[in-house]
Amino acid sequence: MSDNLTLPAPQGTSGTPADALLEVKGLTKHFPIYGGFPIKRRVGAVQAVDGIDLTVGVGESVGLVGESGCGKSTTGRLITRLLEPTAGSITYAGQDITHASRRQIAPVRSEIQMIFQDPYSSLNPRQTVGSIIKSPMEVNGIEPEGGREKKVRELLELVGLNPEHYNRFPHEFSGGQRQRIGVARALALNPKLIVADEPVSALDVSIQAQVVNLLQEVQRELGIAFLFIAHDLAVVRHFSQRVAVMYLGKVVEVGDRESIYNRPRHPYTHALLSAVPEVGVDSEAADRERIRLSGDVPSPIHPPSGCRFRTRCWKAQDKCATEEPPLVQLSGNGDGHLTACHFPEDPTTGSRGDDIVMDPALMAMEEGDTPEA
Amino acid sequence: MTTLTKTEDASAPTGPESFLSVRDLKVQFSTEDGIVKAVDGLSFDVERGKTLGIVGESGSGKSVTNLTILGLHNPRTSTIDGEIVLDGKELVTAGERELERLRGNKMAMIFQDPLTALSPFYTVGRQLSEPFMKHRGASRKEARDRAIQMLEKVGIPQPKVRFDDYPHQFSGGMRQRAMIAMALMCDPELLIADEPTTALDVTVQAQILDLLKDLQQEFGSAIIFITHDLGVISHMADDLLVMYAGRAVERGTVREVLHEPKHPYTWGLLSSMPRLDSDLDQHLTPIPGSPPSLLNPPAGCRFHPRCAFKEEVQGNLCSEVRPPLGDGRAAACHLTAEQKQTIFIDKIQPRLR
Repeated sequence: MSDNLTLPAPQGTSGTPADALLEVKGLTKHFPIYGGFPIKRRVGAVQAVDGIDLTVGVGESVGLVGESGCGKSTTGRLITRLLEPTAGSITYAGQDITHASRRQIAPVRSEIQMIFQDPYSSLNPRQTVGSIIKSPMEVNGIEPEGGREKKVRELLELVGLNPEHYNRFPHEFSGGQRQRIGVARALALNPKLIVADEPVSALDVSIQAQVVNLLQEVQRELGIAFLFIAHDLAVVRHFSQRVAVMYLGKVVEVGDRESIYNRPRHPYTHALLSAVPEVGVDSEAADRERIRLSGDVPSPIHPPSGCRFRTRCWKAQDKCATEEPPLVQLSGNGDGHLTACHFPEDPTTGSRGDDIVMDPALMAMEEGDTPEA
Repeated sequence: MTTLTKTEDASAPTGPESFLSVRDLKVQFSTEDGIVKAVDGLSFDVERGKTLGIVGESGSGKSVTNLTILGLHNPRTSTIDGEIVLDGKELVTAGERELERLRGNKMAMIFQDPLTALSPFYTVGRQLSEPFMKHRGASRKEARDRAIQMLEKVGIPQPKVRFDDYPHQFSGGMRQRAMIAMALMCDPELLIADEPTTALDVTVQAQILDLLKDLQQEFGSAIIFITHDLGVISHMADDLLVMYAGRAVERGTVREVLHEPKHPYTWGLLSSMPRLDSDLDQHLTPIPGSPPSLLNPPAGCRFHPRCAFKEEVQGNLCSEVRPPLGDGRAAACHLTAEQKQTIFIDKIQPRLR
């Protein structure tokens, strides 16, 4: 994979694209919890995803970021229909696939593919690389020109592996190479949309860049739309034209890359960006705001009422507990930049007069320091 | 291979003040497939109250080094050579009983995954009090008071109630806080933190890192901070050691190593990492290939099979001679100082924009 390919300019970066490939409306997934003896009854539900709206345009790359437990992986699995949605709708290329049966969804399945996080558990150790990449074609009865084996060899070459390795087993490859096999498998059916669930987070830093570059080339050259799920904000920024930020099953802010990273409005986006440890000199670091939240993400079994972020938010007021903020375009936001907050922050990531420190232990220690200083 | 054995010269200038000094450490494990040279000739110093960061990819020997300092390797399967001196005491040859007196008392460790490092059978409080009772001969009551005080310090709400909880009743971030409290129970002079925040979310990671920093100021412990994340290390450490395949390849202060890196591996790491303010049209520049197997590591410089600049060095130096790592600010590379300077300015710096 050479680096000096002429790449077409990335697609328009602002707003919602006119031709949506995938449209998700009010998507909800509640996992029931059963308890009691001797008859198990439903006692509650994990509200993993709770009414999210998302659009992915043709050939567009959308990033989905959030912390663990915010429902980003569940969203990916709902879209690929590996999980059955509780409510809401998924429209793929104008066709409603929310509750489509196996037979109805068969033609769509081959167009939506997935790349998994862990390259060690997502490849069958008893199958050769050739049969792993070939099996999607067999399942879908696709006979490419020149035979399946030829296609597999082409795919191996495309992802930067040696086509001679056709008959090897996954354990003979390193982590980065395995992830390339996963990419080749996802490409076997010429998909239009790939859901990549943390595709690089299990890899070492030096290998991550190889896979990110590969995915980027695939996306630009083959015009495949990506839903890129990751917790690493810098990788998402590098890869995605639009970004959605999730918190506890909700999308709290969505917009083009520029808006989310440079003009965020939601306090959670501010906190998230400020928490990313960056390689920087002290003077550079001083330009960024410092926000330290307290505690962990609340349980999705009993999420806070109203705005779900209010329990960790420094701007929370009574209104936040009673009224759920809608995901809307705030005044001053660019097109397609939507924020769900009653009291949005200023659109900047620069440092403010005071640091926001919510953590009690940190607060105690830092206040202890100040009188001496 | 023997260029690093200038032990006497190396320890002479830093000897008296350095609190922990590791010299020419070699750790080997015998496995079914052969001998794994996990650490091969590593030397470094840690001063009191300072933080040494160790960065490297998985398998670079950073965790092995620190388990060796604590004496946690099984002597039947591992061979340890070299010198580890903690505050004037030699640890490699020390007996099990002596190490026991030091572990959890003078030196303590914070592990990566608090769920597996804490025992699920005992309450958090009991796990915290035990080392304090053992090392300080404190009573149950005293240990309990101390534990509650420490839990409060690390920011666990309602420490008196939480003292009697089991680890599974804590969330991930709180478990890591409890681990930190446990490590700090006996006021250790050396704290080893092995990827303490890798398993945590970024917002929680930021809290824990700041907490560790503040606690260090208060307790004055020396910290060895191991991570693979250059961003984390740039916030935490004073000095930095970059490891690759069991050897140190670059050493210096954080500022020196991250802003004027001198080793091709460090260049590779920095330019393969996207940043929040990096240029979006800039393609990432990965390091080609993957880390070598330590069963059969490459001869000479262990990085040479992946190095883009080995042609610039004359002869077969890179593939035959191990590059020495000098004292202080140094990089183990055969490129001359001028070459490094030119390559860094011409080729590497533009990538880091």
